[in-house]
Amino acid sequence: MALTPNDVADLARLARIELTPGELAHLAPQLDAILEAVARVSEVAAADIPPTSHPLPLANVFRADVVRPSLPREAVLAGAPAAEDDRFRVPRILGEDA
Amino acid sequence: MSDVRTTDDLTRATAADLASAIASGDVSSVEVTQAHLDRMAAVEPAVHAFLHVDGERALAAAAEVDAARSAGQALGPLAGVPVALKDVLTYAGAPTTAGSKVLQGWVPPYDATVTRRMLDAGLVILGKTNLDEFAMGSSTENSAYGPTHNPWDLDRIPGGSGGGSAAALAAFEAPLAIGTDTGGSIRQPASVTGTVGIKPTYGGTSRYGLVALASSLDQPGPCARTVLDAALLHAVIAGHDPLDSTSVDAPVPDVVSAARSGDVRGLKVGIVRELGGEGYAPGVEQRFREAVDVLTDLGAEIVEVSCPSFTYALPAYYLILPSEASSNLAKFDGMRFGLRAGDDGGHDAEEVMGLTREAGFGAEVKRRIILGTYALSSGYYEAYYGQAQKVRTLVTRDFEAAFAQVDVLVSPSTPTTAFRLGEKVDDPLAMYLNDLCTIPSNLAGNASASFPVGLAPEDGLPVGLQVMAPPLADDRLYRVGAALERALEERWGGPLLARAPELVLRPELVEGGPQ
Repeated sequence: MALTPNDVADLARLARIELTPGELAHLAPQLDAILEAVARVSEVAAADIPPTSHPLPLANVFRADVVRPSLPREAVLAGAPAAEDDRFRVPRILGEDA
Repeated sequence: MSDVRTTDDLTRATAADLASAIASGDVSSVEVTQAHLDRMAAVEPAVHAFLHVDGERALAAAAEVDAARSAGQALGPLAGVPVALKDVLTYAGAPTTAGSKVLQGWVPPYDATVTRRMLDAGLVILGKTNLDEFAMGSSTENSAYGPTHNPWDLDRIPGGSGGGSAAALAAFEAPLAIGTDTGGSIRQPASVTGTVGIKPTYGGTSRYGLVALASSLDQPGPCARTVLDAALLHAVIAGHDPLDSTSVDAPVPDVVSAARSGDVRGLKVGIVRELGGEGYAPGVEQRFREAVDVLTDLGAEIVEVSCPSFTYALPAYYLILPSEASSNLAKFDGMRFGLRAGDDGGHDAEEVMGLTREAGFGAEVKRRIILGTYALSSGYYEAYYGQAQKVRTLVTRDFEAAFAQVDVLVSPSTPTTAFRLGEKVDDPLAMYLNDLCTIPSNLAGNASASFPVGLAPEDGLPVGLQVMAPPLADDRLYRVGAALERALEERWGGPLLARAPELVLRPELVEGGPQ
């Protein structure tokens, strides 16, 4: 398998986590060892076994379509890193090359 | 019931006794609450079980209970009793960090259902307890705010992720605590601190207001020093919640009656063959066997049961959990709450996300998110996540086959006693083995608990016995736990925690100083 620091950098980009070269070098062998250990699940011959995604036999749960009070705007924006004009303020969404 | 006034310290009393004494007016909730706040002030510098102490609101809530009693209002069975809340459940007005820098200082605008039910029942919330970041860990060493120390030996881990809640109980800082259990985070800390911890049946307690780690595995539950106290707290927090769509709409099992009964005559108990042997400490196996002998003496019927798929539960869990976590933790993107890093006008939103998550997440969280991202990648999905889901089916089938033969299953709660802080902190695979025995019940969703069964002869540290019961048969856990507690405490001449070393108090920190 041998996960390289480059592979980890690709995964970190997908997961939106900036990692330093030091972190990549430290993480790669650790993740490799974990993947090797968990790959044991492939030993189970499982062609005819249905997957379980959840411990309960779940069906959609519906509630009555009635208006309920929501959280006040100030309460929600109080936890925001930045707010402006009663809205979340976010950094620009498009990059320089867009 | 013992008179709590005659005990040397209100903090040593059980929650049940405290509630009775408060209800009868022998002691006020304010006195009880102040005694626990004083104890926290004295031992927190050594134990570090709490991330936030909510003293002012606790005393105000206690005064309200006292006023309600004076006015002749009927009180609930735990009214006025203090409780510690794991810092992964919201309590409006107090910070919820989940042990992470990414949520440092975030104050939630709403209460978790578990929190709301405790407040409605008149419980007094003392504060928020420490945990591994986002509940990922078995030692609390992954907390961004420093580890909690095991009151039995301050150089050792208190278990995790709910080490703060377990240590608060073992250090007599709170008589009750709330934990959450995704792979053992209630049961393993209970085991290594000599306390009681219950993971209810999945769906038995509400996850509303719980910062999700792995949604199909997470379950809040009660932690206490006695089996009855845990049952009383279970009864307060459990039951259907329309705000959690995975909440089970069924009556809560009568856990309090089961805890009062402790009758195991005729109960069929299965020992899981796969959860023992190599890798298990001799003292753990010895105390486990002795406890099983106690159950035999009390009239239980013991058989050995095989659950062959349990050996694949750990690898399956470390694919399912990171996969769900990588998705759940995507919301920490620095946009609507929590930390934002690198927002200097030069970086766009996506770059700010990456910088925020780099700065806000610790090493284990990064490891698991990347692992989950890998397991869910196209090309690997079937071999990893898909295959793990099939193992989950096999584990559930093993439980079903076992419960067709026996009423409950038992095993050690965790293979070893508390290890030293720092010993496994950068060795993820060694750390993961702590949850070897507890993980199967999270995968299958059945009820499970850890009860103290003695001290390992080789190191004098607590050993826990795990009881596993079928879904919605949570009462059986308490029946077995109460039977063991009664018989073992008679043998020991008192509770196991009476043998924990006295913590070095710092009297200058106690209000009013030494008496």
